[in-house]
Amino acid sequence: MDFSYTVLIPLIPLFVFLVVGIFSNYLNPKVAGAIGVLGLSTTTLLSLYTAYKYFFEVGKVNEVYQTIIGTKTTWIHFSEVLHIDMGVLLDPISIMMLVVVSSISLMVHIYSLGYMKGEIGFNRYYAFLSLFTFSMYSLVVATNIFQMYIFWELVGVSSFLLIGYYYDKPSAVAAAKKAFIVTRFADIGFLIGILILSFYAGTFDFQELNNPQGSLILNGVGSSFMGLSVIAWALILMFMGGAGKSAMFPLHIWLPDAMEGPTPVSALIHAATMVVAGVYLVARMFPLYYFIDGGFVLQIVAYVGAFTSLFAGVIACTQNDIKRVLAFSTMSQIGYMMLALGVSGFSGHEGLGYMAAMFHLFTHAMFKALLFLGAGSVIHAVHSNMMKDMGGLRKYMPISNITFLIAALAISGIPPFAGFFSKDEILVAALEKSPLLFAIEWAVAGVTAFYMFRIYFGIFWGKENSYAHTPHESPWVMTIPLMFLALMSIVAGFIPFSEFIAADRMPFEAHFNILVSTVSASVGVVGIVVAWIFYKSENNIPERVSKAFGAFYTWAFHKFYFDELYLFVTKKIIFNGVSASFAWFDKKVVDDGMIGIGNATLNTSEKIKKLQSGKFQDYATWFILGAIALTLYFLSKN
Amino acid sequence: MISGISIYHILTLTSILFFIGVYGFITRKNLIAILISIELILNASVINFVIFNTYLYPNRLEGVFFSIFIIAIAAAESALAVSIIVSFYRMIASVAVKDTETLKY
Amino acid sequence: MDILSLFIVAPIITVAVLLFAKNLNQSRIISLIGSLVQLGMAINLMFAYLAERASGNSAIMVFTKSFVWFKSLNIRYDIGADGITVFMIILASIVVLAGVFISWKINDLPKEFFISLIVLATGVYGFFISLDLFLMFLFFEVAVIPMYLLIGIWGSGPKENSAMKLTIMLMGASALLLVGILGLYFYSSPDGALTFNILEISKVNIPAEVQHYLFPVVFIGFAVIGALFPFHTWSPSGHASAPTAVSMLHAGVLMKLGGYGVFRVAMFLLPIGAKEWSWFFIILSVIGVVYGALAAIKQTDLKYINAYSSVSHLGLVLFALLMLNKTTWNGAIIQSLSHGFMTALFFALIGMIYERTHTRDVRELGGLLKVIPFISVIYVIAGLASLGLPGFSGFVAEMTIFVGAFQHVDLFHRVATIIGATVIVITAVYILRVVGMMLMGPVKKEAYNLLPQATWYEKTGVFLLLIPIIIIGTMPLWISDIITESIKPFIERML
Repeated sequence: MDFSYTVLIPLIPLFVFLVVGIFSNYLNPKVAGAIGVLGLSTTTLLSLYTAYKYFFEVGKVNEVYQTIIGTKTTWIHFSEVLHIDMGVLLDPISIMMLVVVSSISLMVHIYSLGYMKGEIGFNRYYAFLSLFTFSMYSLVVATNIFQMYIFWELVGVSSFLLIGYYYDKPSAVAAAKKAFIVTRFADIGFLIGILILSFYAGTFDFQELNNPQGSLILNGVGSSFMGLSVIAWALILMFMGGAGKSAMFPLHIWLPDAMEGPTPVSALIHAATMVVAGVYLVARMFPLYYFIDGGFVLQIVAYVGAFTSLFAGVIACTQNDIKRVLAFSTMSQIGYMMLALGVSGFSGHEGLGYMAAMFHLFTHAMFKALLFLGAGSVIHAVHSNMMKDMGGLRKYMPISNITFLIAALAISGIPPFAGFFSKDEILVAALEKSPLLFAIEWAVAGVTAFYMFRIYFGIFWGKENSYAHTPHESPWVMTIPLMFLALMSIVAGFIPFSEFIAADRMPFEAHFNILVSTVSASVGVVGIVVAWIFYKSENNIPERVSKAFGAFYTWAFHKFYFDELYLFVTKKIIFNGVSASFAWFDKKVVDDGMIGIGNATLNTSEKIKKLQSGKFQDYATWFILGAIALTLYFLSKN
Repeated sequence: MISGISIYHILTLTSILFFIGVYGFITRKNLIAILISIELILNASVINFVIFNTYLYPNRLEGVFFSIFIIAIAAAESALAVSIIVSFYRMIASVAVKDTETLKY
Repeated sequence: MDILSLFIVAPIITVAVLLFAKNLNQSRIISLIGSLVQLGMAINLMFAYLAERASGNSAIMVFTKSFVWFKSLNIRYDIGADGITVFMIILASIVVLAGVFISWKINDLPKEFFISLIVLATGVYGFFISLDLFLMFLFFEVAVIPMYLLIGIWGSGPKENSAMKLTIMLMGASALLLVGILGLYFYSSPDGALTFNILEISKVNIPAEVQHYLFPVVFIGFAVIGALFPFHTWSPSGHASAPTAVSMLHAGVLMKLGGYGVFRVAMFLLPIGAKEWSWFFIILSVIGVVYGALAAIKQTDLKYINAYSSVSHLGLVLFALLMLNKTTWNGAIIQSLSHGFMTALFFALIGMIYERTHTRDVRELGGLLKVIPFISVIYVIAGLASLGLPGFSGFVAEMTIFVGAFQHVDLFHRVATIIGATVIVITAVYILRVVGMMLMGPVKKEAYNLLPQATWYEKTGVFLLLIPIIIIGTMPLWISDIITESIKPFIERML
């Protein structure tokens, strides 16, 4: 079957971007929005069609899912062997990502029709959304690591543009800048990793790089550097890029600030799609990560993921801005996915972690997008992000209330919602590898339930605020995506993911571990109950508890002072220390050095110009002295 | 040829005369005095020409010719120089060397 | 008249006609026609070149012409072109045309301004097409001298000082260059038939110990104009004082002469010297790359920021050339082109902003995106291009350079490459700092709300420069293939 039509999936949003972007001053916002939604609907249908064809008709040959190159064209030659191609690669994870990106993006496109209505720059917003969607599609279907890097950068810039959408707000500008620079810093690692890898492999192509029988995996371990093979270093550096994009500790600082962007953008980019690119990267390169140096790098991935999930979960409990809570929650959940990849084996049931990571990526995209869109709906109604401005909204916004509740239950891992199944698989995988990691993740599951219901109760229950104008339910363009995503958050868990996705491409049967699932669901319930006691109605328990934690609470509230640390390093050390001294050095040393050479010439001339006195008698004296000297010289010579 | 006086005596005399001229040329402050010093130098060389001719090549007259040339040129030259000095005096009302340093730098 | 000599004749005719212009309107129309003709010729040259190659001509240089000029010294008028020349000429002609558009409203002495501008262009074209070292040197001087007048007369700020510094440093470089060229000349032939012709000299093997002394002389001679650290200081002050069109032409085209000369003369004629010295100059160029970028972070004058960014970007060109392999050389040429368009675009935009707000201090600007959206949006695009975003030319160039540089296996080259690669973050920092401070945020001064929008000639100039950036960025294959083809004889001599 010919999959070359799949090239349309990225190209349609690109076309929409160009049309809406170039004519943004002339298009009626309604038309621009309609073009955006129409384009996205088409690509969503194409993605779903591709998924159906692939998974149920042509993808599986001899019980193994094949990699299909839809289309490929050379973009640039670097040398005889190295060249960048642009193409479409279809395999289970890329198709799954296509489905995730297209469905979430479509929902966000529809939702934004209501949310962004009447904003100045509505057309610009849709243009950027399309640009992002184009880049994200191209990233997930990349046939080679360099194509991925190219679109990796482009999603980064789309994120920059969308975070800075309210460009006259200084905080939004700062957040956009921060997001871009932090991820770009991480991208250096990615780039250098690519350079190393491509040098040893002689190719950028995923299929050749990842081939377990390929030369890289078999012979690549040759040269070593500080105890690890060079390839392992390359993988660590690439993970650094992934950690930057996926806001893993310690490169996480940009994600909370990125909430300055419009809420649908946060739902699309900073919850469901772009931030999981790091997870996708590791999954994409999984054979290399698994086989090189006996999976040493995967351990790093696992511990970074586990630490981040705990770290972010703790911070999430202390924040008062609901979008920030969701942002930390996203970090925490991505930590889960990273951990799952890190503990995964390669084939059969050992590869459960890999499958679980992808599964969680899928379900998380649904319920986290729902949470953000629900939060957006609330913010739209009360015009504030802060929890103190909300409360008792369940009466006014029934649909938002119900859908938000569903999402909160899903993320807390309560059966039968989607998050329960995926999180359960992750915990099983973790338990098989290391009890410590299991314990951390198990605790984080409880923390997750707690902070999620903290904001749920804070928004929809609790003390009713006095609102300037009565909040009302959002228009249908906003509630329909909510309902769709709520539906997905309920049913997505029942998809038999292991039938479709496996590290070695061979479907397997995932066993249901009743013990682990009971334990994880019960800790979720405990978290919810605690939140219920604390926040259901107004009382002073939370205050007392936060007092009890004392300094630790203050720490966590200030995000463990990481922002301040980075600010210190960049502002004080790099800007004022290094950069200013370089600027000073340039002015005072290099430039003045050059001027000094000029001045030295001038001074010398000042000194020797006295010889040119203008008195002919002086000239005559010199002449005679010279004549005498010559005479003496010749006389003495004879 | 003057008996009792060898060429060495005369050459010594002219050398002294020459260096007196040079010394005067270098040290005098007055343009006229410098001109006179130049005349001394020229006279020393004229005497040399005549003496060499007389003592070394008594049968020939080229040295004497040259001395006459030099005297003529020296006359022309002093006339020219004096006229320059006079016009110079008209311009700056001075014949001192230090007032003529317009070539400086 | 052959197709290459036209590039010298056409500007001269333009200048001759300009002498009769009576006012601003006539001068700019004449210059516009002149530079449009040159752009047309440049595009025609590209197609002629492709046709020539397609017809099977595989000589190093095509369209060669040779006339004797000074018989006794064997100085000849030798010209020729390969793919690199063609692209450089296209770059120059586009930047000159855009420069004419940007100078549409120049007030004082318009005729003389345009004459100097076009004389400068003549020098640049001549430099690119010469195959004779002496001719090349001559055109180099022709390009540099008008610079003094353009900055000294039409500049702003401490213009006399800047013009003087620039000219003296470039003249110092020329002196070195002349020594180098004479050195090459006297070793150009073992049997006494000395020649200045590059292709002829490339056929003899200059003794290694001579190359050892000549290479640094020739390299520095060219690299000063390519802003090699620590000889870059003429460029920030020169750019800051120069009028807009001159900054464009200077950073966009004139500074490219350095890299081009290094490639054509120093590397091609002195390969052994190049190998011997490359480690030393790699260190200098890497310092230049990182240092220029770091110094740019702390600047407050827009033109200084851009000038330091040029130091950084052109450092990358020299770095790539010194890496001595096909991929990096390819990257160096693309980076030259890309930087030429980008920096010219930047200077054009800075000129527009300065004209409207009368300040170039980023601390005094703010919120321009709201009041002059066209200029600001293009500035953002130029900024993104400059920080190496895929889809723009900078990315293609930088990636080619880094991938190529990484093909060296030894630690020294690797470390240098990695240090050089950090520049992609530092660039992002200073670009976004300017974008954030100047374009975004609230409008800083009440008066800014009344700023006039971009006019048609400004838009034309901007689009002229933006289009090639996007073309190179999105469809690099054909350009890089042509360049690779042209590099081949040079790299073969190196290996």
